[in-house]
Formats: sequence, structure tokens, C-alpha cells
Amino acid sequence: MHGYANPARFLRIARPATAWSLGAGLALVSISVLAGLFITPPDYVQGDSARIMYVHVPSAWLGMAGWSGLAVAALAQLVWRHPLATIAGRAIAPVGAMFAFICLVTGSIWGRPTWGTWWEWDGRLTSMLILFFLYLGYIGLASAERERGTEGRMAALFALVGLINLPIIHFSVKWWRTLHQGESVSFIGGGSRIANEMEWPLHLATIGFALLFAAIVLMRMRAELATVRAEARLRRRSAE
Amino acid sequence: MNPWHFVIAAYAFALGSTGLLLILSWRAMRRAEAQDEAVKRR
Repeated sequence: MHGYANPARFLRIARPATAWSLGAGLALVSISVLAGLFITPPDYVQGDSARIMYVHVPSAWLGMAGWSGLAVAALAQLVWRHPLATIAGRAIAPVGAMFAFICLVTGSIWGRPTWGTWWEWDGRLTSMLILFFLYLGYIGLASAERERGTEGRMAALFALVGLINLPIIHFSVKWWRTLHQGESVSFIGGGSRIANEMEWPLHLATIGFALLFAAIVLMRMRAELATVRAEARLRRRSAE
Repeated sequence: MNPWHFVIAAYAFALGSTGLLLILSWRAMRRAEAQDEAVKRR
């Protein structure tokens, strides 16, 4: 892992990885969107509005996965003090925030025809909104520390403390049985309560959006690394 | 209440937001890497 934390080695892998993840992500998202809209059957209770699931559920999972990635980067930053971990954290945060926001907006759009309301202070909805605010807090803290020229340790600590919200989001539908439906897809023990013809596009969409998430993070990391390198070259030349 | 209006709005928002961030990040990366190359060649 330390070997890949070398910026030059990272860039050798990141350049082809950006193109591959972007291409594969666009292909998988296109197939899953077409399948979600035109191939899968409507839900027997919710009808066609259940098709929102194919964009809502992947964005919810990626919003949460993004914070997990942020926490891993924060841990690497605090333990090994590697600048690439700091750059990774800064690159992940806006993408995770965007997916958390997509989850909130598409959930709200789904809620109107299904529950008869755009918003409810339900456990799942509220904890997801808190995740979005945590992302905003991290972005603000990280950019303030960057402007001050510090290592960004406060933002890293904030990312680790914010991890507490992830199990709250996951178990919220069990702890507070209010409006949001319970778990339909389970990765452990094969306990999914969703028909196969509706499940495969959901997994395809999740993989597709995850690849786009990765492509955006790689692009943002490459942009920041290029800026840092250009600044370092200019500094070296002015010192000569 | 036509459910398709809600479905189309949700897909448009999700795909539009992802596409917008993708384009902005791509442009920022290309600009930064071109600038780095220009500094290197100078």
C-alpha cells in the first residue's frame, strides 16, 4: 500500500484507471437506466414510481461508501502523514456529498407519490441529511486548513468522528420504525426481498455509479497533484 | 398523479448532477495537467 502512495507510481496507475472506470461506468449506468426505465416490471404496490430505486439506492450506498473512503484516507493521513491521503480525502468529499444529496432529492421525489409527502423527519431521512451536512462540514474544514497551509489534521479527525453516523443510517429503519421502508436488499445471508428481475439492474446501476464515483475522484486527485507539481516547479525555479 | 413525471424528474436530477460533476472534474484535470506540462516545458 505504501508503494502506491508514491505520487509518480499512483499517476502511472491512475491515468489508465481514470479512462477505464469512466468508460465502464458510463456503459453500465446507460444499460441499468434503460433496464430500470423500460425492461423491469413496475412494482406490484408502488407501480412505476418504484423505478426511482435504480438511481436512489445506488446514490444512498455511495454516499455512505464515500464517507467510509474518507475515513480510510483520514486514518492513512493521521497514521502515515502521507500527502496523497490528504489529497484523496479532499477529492472524495465533494463526490460523496453529491451522491448523498442525489439520494435526498430522489428520495423526496419518490416520497411524494408513495407516501404523499416530500419530506418527513423519519430516522433514515434525518440521518442521511446529517451525513450530507457532515460532508459540507468536512469540505469547509479541509478548505480552511488548506488555505492556512496546515496538514488538514482537524478535517481528518472530523472524518473519523463522523463514522458514527454510518451505523445509525444503516440501522435507523430497525431502530425507529416510522415511514421509510425496511431493508430490501441484503448482501449477507442472501436475505434480499426483491425480485430477481428488479435486482440485477439495481446491482448494475450500483457498480456503474461506483465506477463513475471512482473516475471523478481520480480526476480530482490528478488535478490537485498536477497543481501541486506545477507550483513546486515554479518555486524551485524562482529559488535558483 | 402520473408517476412517470416523478420518475423522469428523479432520473434527470441524478444523471444531470453526476454528468455535471464529471464534466467539471474532467475540465479541471485537463486544465491542471496542461498547466503543469507548460511549466515543465518553459
